Amino acid sequence: MRSAIIVFPGSNCDRDAQVALREITGHEPEMVWHKSGKLPDRLDLVMVPGGFSYGDYLRCGAIAANSPIISTLREHAQRGGYVLGICNGFQVLCETGLLPGALIRNASLHFACKPQPLRISARDSAFTRSYGDTDNILIPIAHHDGNYVADEATLDRLEGEGLVAFRYIGNPNGSARDIAGVLSDNGRILGMMPHPERAIGGHEGGDHGRALFDSLLSSL
Amino acid sequence: MTDTSALLAPLLAIQDQDDAAGHGINEEEWARLTKRLGRAPNLVELGIYSVMWSEHCSYKSSRRHLSKFPTQNARVIQGPGENAGVIDIGDGQAAIFKMESHNHPSYIEPYQGAATGVGGILRDVFTMGARPIALVNALRFGAPEHPKTRSLVAGVVAGIGGYGNCVGVPTVAGETEFDAGYNGNILVNAMAIGLADQDKIFYARGATPGNPIFYVGSKTGRDGIHGATMASAEFSEGEEDNRPTVQVGDPFTEKLLIEACLELMATDAIQAIQDMGAAGLTSSSVEMADKGGIGIDMDLDKVPQRERGMSAYEIMLSESQERMLMVLKPGKVETAKAIFDKYDLDAEVIGMTTDTGHMVLRQFGEIVCDIPVPPLAEDAPNYDRPWTSPPERQPLAADAWKIDQDPLDILMQLMGCPDMASKRWIWEQYDRHVMGDTLDSSQSMGDAALIRVHGTSKALAVSSDCTPRYVSADPFEGGKQAVAESYRNLSAVGATPVAITDNLNFGNPEKPATMGYIVRAIEGMAEACRTLDYPVVSGNVSLYNETDGQAIPPTPVVGGVGLVEDFQKVVGLGGARSGDRLILVGETAGHLGASLFARQILALNNDQLGPPPPVDLLLEKKTADFVRHLIVGGLVNAAHDVSDGGLACAAVEMALASHLGLDLGQHSLPDLFGEDQARFILSVSESQFAQFPEHDALKIVGTFTTPDGPFGVNGKSMPLEDLRRAHEEWMPNYMAGVDAS
Repeated sequence: MRSAIIVFPGSNCDRDAQVALREITGHEPEMVWHKSGKLPDRLDLVMVPGGFSYGDYLRCGAIAANSPIISTLREHAQRGGYVLGICNGFQVLCETGLLPGALIRNASLHFACKPQPLRISARDSAFTRSYGDTDNILIPIAHHDGNYVADEATLDRLEGEGLVAFRYIGNPNGSARDIAGVLSDNGRILGMMPHPERAIGGHEGGDHGRALFDSLLSSL
Repeated sequence: MTDTSALLAPLLAIQDQDDAAGHGINEEEWARLTKRLGRAPNLVELGIYSVMWSEHCSYKSSRRHLSKFPTQNARVIQGPGENAGVIDIGDGQAAIFKMESHNHPSYIEPYQGAATGVGGILRDVFTMGARPIALVNALRFGAPEHPKTRSLVAGVVAGIGGYGNCVGVPTVAGETEFDAGYNGNILVNAMAIGLADQDKIFYARGATPGNPIFYVGSKTGRDGIHGATMASAEFSEGEEDNRPTVQVGDPFTEKLLIEACLELMATDAIQAIQDMGAAGLTSSSVEMADKGGIGIDMDLDKVPQRERGMSAYEIMLSESQERMLMVLKPGKVETAKAIFDKYDLDAEVIGMTTDTGHMVLRQFGEIVCDIPVPPLAEDAPNYDRPWTSPPERQPLAADAWKIDQDPLDILMQLMGCPDMASKRWIWEQYDRHVMGDTLDSSQSMGDAALIRVHGTSKALAVSSDCTPRYVSADPFEGGKQAVAESYRNLSAVGATPVAITDNLNFGNPEKPATMGYIVRAIEGMAEACRTLDYPVVSGNVSLYNETDGQAIPPTPVVGGVGLVEDFQKVVGLGGARSGDRLILVGETAGHLGASLFARQILALNNDQLGPPPPVDLLLEKKTADFVRHLIVGGLVNAAHDVSDGGLACAAVEMALASHLGLDLGQHSLPDLFGEDQARFILSVSESQFAQFPEHDALKIVGTFTTPDGPFGVNGKSMPLEDLRRAHEEWMPNYMAGVDAS
């Protein structure tokens, strides 16, 4: 698997993502500093990591979505490449329009970090098929702005077309219809607030995130 | 165009003793200053002396007592005196750590005060070349019913989270307590731990003459001027007007500064480095010059400035955050500038080191300061403040505990009291998992957090400890206890305790009674550190924690760091299994003096509470070593130290964390709730127990039953979930303003 991780100023889960890709896929991802302006050629996967790109100033993900590197991310997406945006990465993907909807402040108004039960909604996606017939998983969350919103028509369409990847069990942030992660129309872009890269085993996050990366590997 | 002559005139004006008094310099210090200088200082020079000789920077009231601490053992690489302490963790790696207070700013402006406390302690650690890997905080607030407490808790917690979460360092452990004694003066102590290679550690010392002085990070503004002086005086009501002396933090810039500094440190460009913390550019430049035995010559017009028309006085005393000062090796300026340019951070050469031994500052082409460096640091006052021995308390009456209350009722009250209640509301607002190496954080309810040393089988254990109830009752025993509990907490997860950082929070040292607590607590801590081979490698002293003449309870906080060689061999609270025996290790005398039981259940106050439990340090060491060997040997499923609330509360905590019912058998109230020291509880199977080595103080005190089964003691039982609810509900109800009563 050829993969790259975009590093924005303020990204802070870039190393977590790097370790997860290295350990599970066996391939070293390329770390691409946002100023380099372009992604390497012929990538299978681009990860947009969690963190606080540009300090969350203006609006989470809004400044990163206008970084020069985004144009090559779009090209990768248009070629049908896989994209995984986690936490701040999900916010960036929504800001770029590669995924529908937006993420606003948690309903509690507090940052929330805890193990979060999720229901797998899209069973046969490129990101979830290795979960088999597992219904529920536990993945850590850590965000202040994870409250997913979209207009009713968009929400209906996402649900109708099976593009809701994960739902919260016990909604921690007020997200519409308990949505924790959504897929693009072609099923190749996933944005999610929970952190599967922090759940690859051997630490407090558990290991329920491994199958997500296994799924991607088997989808190639 | 700024009129420079109008700015310069007041800066160059010669100051007198009244001006000095306005800067917190007393008569004796003024005499010393003018004698050393051979003349009266101008305004810039006076400002520099005043911050360097402030309590905050000079430790003038505590220095002679701090020297009583042992500071070395086989693993210490750097003890006190640098930005942070350094210990050897094997394989050429080092752990670098320190704790520091931000009490006064946090009371005035809780969000920014707490946030910049986190920022400052992170800089102390990465200044030395370490990547920060964990944050810990020790918080003390006023009584829950005090009208300001709720908003202070909300602001401080949001500030700690807002900074730590953004900068991407996990906040893994902490402690939070409430007491009316902190009503007008809360405590916010933050600790950072970093990881470095031993051959890549950077110091403030080592600068030589003729090299560029390099300023990096945020621009200098007018915020935080005289913060160090504010932290060196008592508060009075209405002091919130000091708000302009509280700095504003920008964790985004800090994150970039960490990455840029570590990238530069990987090249061979830096000779000496110091962060700009308290007293900003003044103390950072003086420290590097003094430790290098050199002079400095800086052109303040080159300092990146946030606003126009700033004077030399303001530039030198500003405490604007996220700034670093370094002395570069010859020919490295371009290398360094390229790295900071990558991160869009300001970076300027603002002067040169010299061989004059003088600090020379220029603004608008004029020399605005020319003073010898050594007196600023070395000749700072070093007082032997008079002190009186704290009074001894009478023991509790022998039958004080004979009350007609069921142990289960008492447990419900204790598990839900503010100091024991779960602080989930707090730690769920902290990112505990970023960096991917958190093995155990606050969410495990364990005695210490565990952070894996990235890419190895090793881990660091860390905890923060102090029992102000005990220190108030007897500072010598209380000081010993804070260190001993830290040692116990690290041992309870299977770690070998290595060294501590301390944060000594007390009232006004000019009052002999308060000074007595400072002296005796330090002496108690020092004795514990010596006996346990658990030295102090860094720390911070915060004095003048008083409002309107009322001192806080004496609070010497201990941040302990221990080493785990193989993280597969650690245990926590949650590992008990059905059928396991609960084993109590250590001697129980039923000591209820200064206990949580005496305060919460018997409703005793102050002197009525009696003396704290005595601490037998040799027994502490023997017991902790015994438990650690059992854990590493795989003979324990869960372990917990016995502290606040005694055996009964420790047992409830283990049952809650393990989601198992527990039958605790039959015990007297003193045996259930006494806080005798040097004790642990262990959950072990019959076969594990059969393999235990000989020990003269082991007792089977209970049996774990079924998943989420009842908790029973003295023949009665109650649903475990009731205890969980009492434990979990207090804090969220309190913060939501729900009246639980």
